Amino acid sequence: MATETNLTQGVSLDHHHDDHGHEHHEESFISKYIFSEDHKMIGKQFLITGIIWAFLGGAMSVIFRLQLGFPDMELTFLKPFLGHWLDSAGKLDPNYYLALVTMHGTIMVFFVLTAGLSGTFSNFLIPLQIGARDMASGFMNMLSYWFFFAASVVMFSSLFLDTGPAMGGWVVYPPLSALPEAIPGSGAGMTYWLISMALFIISTLLGGINYITTVINMRTKGLSFSRLPLTIWAFFLTAIIGLLSFPVLFAAALLLIFDRSFGTSFYLSEIYMNGEPLHNQGGSAILYQHLFWFLGHPEVYIVLLPALGITSEIIATNSRKPIFGYRAMIGSMIGIAVLSFIVWAHHMFVTGMNPFLGSIFMFLTLIIAVPSAVKAFNYITTLWRGNIIFTPAMLFSIGLVSVFISGGVTGIILGNNALDIQLHDTYFVVAHFHIVMGSASFFGFMAGVYHWFPKMFGRMMDEKLGYIHFWLTFIGIYLVFFPMHYIGIAGFPRRYYSHTSFDAFSTFTDLNMFISVAAIVTFLGQTTFAFNFIWSIFRGRIAPENPWNSNTLEWTTPRLPGHGNWPGKIPHVYRWPYDYSKPNADKDGFTDFIPQHIPLSQTPHSNLEHENEIMNDQYVEDDLKINEQK
Amino acid sequence: MNALFIGLATVLILSILFLLFRIQSLVTIVKGSHQKVGLSNKVNGALMLIVPIILLALTVWYSPIAAKNFLPVASEHGIVTDRLFWISITVVSIMFLITNAGLFWFAYRYQYKEGRQASFFHDNTRLEVFWTIVPAVIMALLVFFGWKAWSDIMTEPPKEAVKIEIMGKQFAWQVRYPGKDKEFGNHDFRLIDDVAGNEFGIDFEDAKSEDDFLARELYIPKGQPVLFKIRARDVLHSVFAPHFRVKMDAVPGMPTHFHFVPNVTTEEMRTKLNNPNFNYELACTEVCGRGHFAMKFTIIVVEPEEYNKWMAEQTPFLENNPQFKGKGLSDLRKKNLAKKKSAKESKEQASL
Repeated sequence: MATETNLTQGVSLDHHHDDHGHEHHEESFISKYIFSEDHKMIGKQFLITGIIWAFLGGAMSVIFRLQLGFPDMELTFLKPFLGHWLDSAGKLDPNYYLALVTMHGTIMVFFVLTAGLSGTFSNFLIPLQIGARDMASGFMNMLSYWFFFAASVVMFSSLFLDTGPAMGGWVVYPPLSALPEAIPGSGAGMTYWLISMALFIISTLLGGINYITTVINMRTKGLSFSRLPLTIWAFFLTAIIGLLSFPVLFAAALLLIFDRSFGTSFYLSEIYMNGEPLHNQGGSAILYQHLFWFLGHPEVYIVLLPALGITSEIIATNSRKPIFGYRAMIGSMIGIAVLSFIVWAHHMFVTGMNPFLGSIFMFLTLIIAVPSAVKAFNYITTLWRGNIIFTPAMLFSIGLVSVFISGGVTGIILGNNALDIQLHDTYFVVAHFHIVMGSASFFGFMAGVYHWFPKMFGRMMDEKLGYIHFWLTFIGIYLVFFPMHYIGIAGFPRRYYSHTSFDAFSTFTDLNMFISVAAIVTFLGQTTFAFNFIWSIFRGRIAPENPWNSNTLEWTTPRLPGHGNWPGKIPHVYRWPYDYSKPNADKDGFTDFIPQHIPLSQTPHSNLEHENEIMNDQYVEDDLKINEQK
Repeated sequence: MNALFIGLATVLILSILFLLFRIQSLVTIVKGSHQKVGLSNKVNGALMLIVPIILLALTVWYSPIAAKNFLPVASEHGIVTDRLFWISITVVSIMFLITNAGLFWFAYRYQYKEGRQASFFHDNTRLEVFWTIVPAVIMALLVFFGWKAWSDIMTEPPKEAVKIEIMGKQFAWQVRYPGKDKEFGNHDFRLIDDVAGNEFGIDFEDAKSEDDFLARELYIPKGQPVLFKIRARDVLHSVFAPHFRVKMDAVPGMPTHFHFVPNVTTEEMRTKLNNPNFNYELACTEVCGRGHFAMKFTIIVVEPEEYNKWMAEQTPFLENNPQFKGKGLSDLRKKNLAKKKSAKESKEQASL
């Protein structure tokens, strides 16, 4: 029980459980649930929108996997959903196959893994973990969600256009994306895509500015940058990357809009289309690719870093061990963030770019593998001699480390430009980024949901269903994406409606079938999560305040933190967030964790030498104050 | 009727699953087992070993089967990059196995045990320096060999190379040979005229174009440097000749190129693979629209003598299409001026 009392010390003197928000007026339904300015509600809005998008994006992949695995199958039973995307014989139209691929990529990268992941957890966790009452600007934060919502609406409605949504791949390279004559999706569908992305970028920037400002300015007393949980470091760096790179995509999109609608030639040159030469001359299609990948590559880390941050927190908590190499972890994240800006052209080795430039980008690209490797080693060492509790969140975190490595090592191959000649735009690339970026970030996303669900909704998710969900997903991910390496080595190009036009690519029909079945089972497996999520919101077991015996500040709030997060004073911070299994903690009355808000003066036996020194200089004053309050 | 049964069965199965879920969660609450780390932890711990081992076994079993479908290499630089590829795969597989083994073994080995205290081990500079340097060194080696291979491939094309122009359009490849003078005639996209038959936009005022010819199959000689001059006339395409390990984007408005030395003739490859129907193929790897997946062109590698013989048999485009003689840019300019003039005149007349 000693922990129980210690938990609340220095947090609040009057401890009302369900009396949250008592300093505030009663809120109307609209201001509480819809146009809420509360970071927790906004986080949940991002989460739920993200989950809906994830199911939609996943369903799209199931449909094109049906085409790839079972090319002769009649899809008439999907007519109610697909309508005229099917031809009269019940086959998917090749244009709409491309539409599905394009939309799947766009939705997953931007709406699920950027907005869904970063939007949810940056919003929810930043104020809670740094001890702030809310974001720096609640209003901008609210706008950020609603711009994302508007982007979602526009993108979703593009699915119902007569000419279909965008079809040029998620990268929407011009001239294909610029000329409606080239493919139907480059008509209205592409306009919708561009409008939606513009709204999305505004949303990301509004969010990002907020995250950065909040982390810099609103940390509670004692919470220096060298004591920040790694989650916050990750969100902070992610926001910086986003703020610097998304405007470039905005510029790229704007120029594309000009080329499409106002007759400019930024990306277009020497084109013959529909029986006549176009007037455009002097533009460069490669310029778009440079602009796109200047965002596109940092984007990989925008989706990955939050997942890695979440994993750091969860692995440390559930190994009951401090994260190994806290400073090295921060250093690697900063390294990754900086390097992420100077590797973009490795997506363009075979565009006819200057070969010397290709060499430079290969060097830079392979350097980024070093901080990534350091992170992986540090996660593994954190498990070593731990006392591991396999919560669903922990399972997903361990799964993340595994897929991060599996997908990371193939990056070393693709980053090597001599090898990329053959592998570029084949299934090897598809395998690589679905494992390292898609799956790893998705695992981080799921880990985060399982871990912070109790603080979000005040109830626990069902653990057994969580286990089933994890093992289905983990095995499923490997069965779907690992075999794609073989197909890629055999040279199969991606975004092919069917491979049988070529003798060289007529093999592996059985493997493609297998992948499709695995993908469908994995997708259906996600319903265990959907059920668990919805059920637990309403009927889950009531959550304790600190179900995982964790150290960070969010667990010092009441079960359902109200507006302002802490009913009483904001706790101060006296130590780093990873004091798990500290030697001699029991002599101070603690079990295997000492939360961040416990003053060093309360733990004289377990303090390390340098902590005693700090305490003597810096904390005397603070401790006096607390004693007065008692 | 069938749909009804399927629907009913689904509802039934789902309700059974739901009941199982409810019973399970109620039992957990009654037993209070959610408060302590119990059997589930052991099961998960065991799976941490079992699942990766099964996946690894599957990989070991399937890899040799899959390898039968990998494409044989047929170019000189391809031998180098293939070797580098398999060396890299070996290196990264070892890294992959060591790290994943560590991850899952530690997860299994250090699963929760009542009363055990985890170690407060959170920093070790030596260890961290060690595993910063090791990947850095491995990376440096791979980069060095990759860079060497890349620089050797991406040199300036040799002067004596056999030049062939490959042009991508929706949705086919087209191929032009420079003819006897080994020089291509100029081209301009404004001269493209599909109806008349000048799909390349060749400028026939340029004397060099007189002996240019188009081909339905891409003939290249074995053992000689071949230079693909690559362009596109509508959207992006990408030349991909998988057996030769050749790939280069075709960009409208920006000509690109790739040169290589094929070293196995089609005949030799047929004998080697024991497949009399084998052909080298050219594919598109940059999404270009509806027909992207079917932009096939056949490449035929022959001995140099045979290549010369084939070249001698070809007739220049102009000989087959004499109507284009002398038609070129200045001709187009004249036509455009005339068009403008008449437009202007009719406009003036209309305004009068």
